[in-house]
Amino acid sequence: MSEKFKVLYYVNQFFGQVGGEDKAGMPPEYRPEKVGPALGFEGALQGEGEVVGTIICGDNYFNENKEESLDFIRKTIKEVEPDVVVAGPAFNAGRYGMACGELAKAVAEEFEIPVVTGMYIENPGVELCKDKAIVVSTADSAAGMRKALPVMAAITRKLAKGIELDAPAQEGYIPQGRRKTLFVEKRGSQRAIEMLLARFKGEEFETELPMPVFDQVDPAPAIKDLSKATIAVCTSGGIVPQGNPDGIQSASAQKWGKYDVSGIDELKAPDFYSTHGGYDTAYANEDPDRVVPLDILKEYEKEGVIGKVYEFFFTTTGTGTSVSNAQKFGREIGAMLKEAGVDGVILTST
Amino acid sequence: MVKEIERYGIPIVHMATITTISESVGANRIVPTVAIPHPVGNPSLSPEDEYALRKELVGKALKALTTEVTGTTHFE
Repeated sequence: MSEKFKVLYYVNQFFGQVGGEDKAGMPPEYRPEKVGPALGFEGALQGEGEVVGTIICGDNYFNENKEESLDFIRKTIKEVEPDVVVAGPAFNAGRYGMACGELAKAVAEEFEIPVVTGMYIENPGVELCKDKAIVVSTADSAAGMRKALPVMAAITRKLAKGIELDAPAQEGYIPQGRRKTLFVEKRGSQRAIEMLLARFKGEEFETELPMPVFDQVDPAPAIKDLSKATIAVCTSGGIVPQGNPDGIQSASAQKWGKYDVSGIDELKAPDFYSTHGGYDTAYANEDPDRVVPLDILKEYEKEGVIGKVYEFFFTTTGTGTSVSNAQKFGREIGAMLKEAGVDGVILTST
Repeated sequence: MVKEIERYGIPIVHMATITTISESVGANRIVPTVAIPHPVGNPSLSPEDEYALRKELVGKALKALTTEVTGTTHFE
């Protein structure tokens, strides 16, 4: 029996059992032990591999200090010399996903070490690293942990032993956009005709070459005369009037709100606060202008720099919110802004 | 949301700290901000300095809205 392969694990402050949003600013630290999901993950390696240590880093710290965080990870890799690096799973957590994605990309590019992570398909971290690392397709919340870990572990075992992975759908990872040459029984013309016939008959078939979907929106033309322009402000930072009258969800938002700010010069606490469940709202609750800069816009209006601040501001929470809901909110808000003749929009995100 | 609003032909600027997310969602005008929990504020500054910082950041956003761009552009 050969020696066990070594895994270095990465988790955020929450899964690292350090704390919640109040600890999201913690710099990375290394512990020579298994923390959080690393424990269950090692169990799923079935004795073939060992998690030699866990890096824990706050989500805010990583995203605000990317290079410092990556340097710490590089340094740890050089000391620990793992055979595989595993991060997450991050599910649909945006900041955690970005951290796992940046780490996966950097490690896969700079070291000859395979990297395995796990994310929900809509996590913005997927695009960062899916072509460099293996991103296991997970559920959108931590409820999917028990399903995700064995899949990540099975892939890790193969990679550590240099075994080639099967196709993404079979193994459970997100396609990397690679094409591989392989032997099949039927030649291409025959497979194509069979697919065509299946399509004619309304039967199911699976394409061998899914078409990429590109959705870029061309930049809208710039505002010509700012001093005559109406500017609207929107946020995904969850700022709402006291009492949250429309009941905007603190995560996975199903709706957005618009609130009249024509009669006020700033967003004062406690008249406004943040209902967002994905960041530490202490600073926003102290002064909501730190998220929605209404005070400044009103001043620019007084100075004549801009024509007018649009009478409503628009708000929702952007944590765990599905892409399809965000698109719907954008379409609805955009239609209203267009109708109102708004010339430009500032959208702030936390 | 940024992309869907821009689809109506209205210029929009995304003020965000994790600008890599702004890029991946397809924002064309981006102003990098201070920190995730306080994008346009900084509680460690005096109220006057914080106000001046916010004014500067929003000024950059307005400049972005009056600047023609052809693709993803950061205004720093």
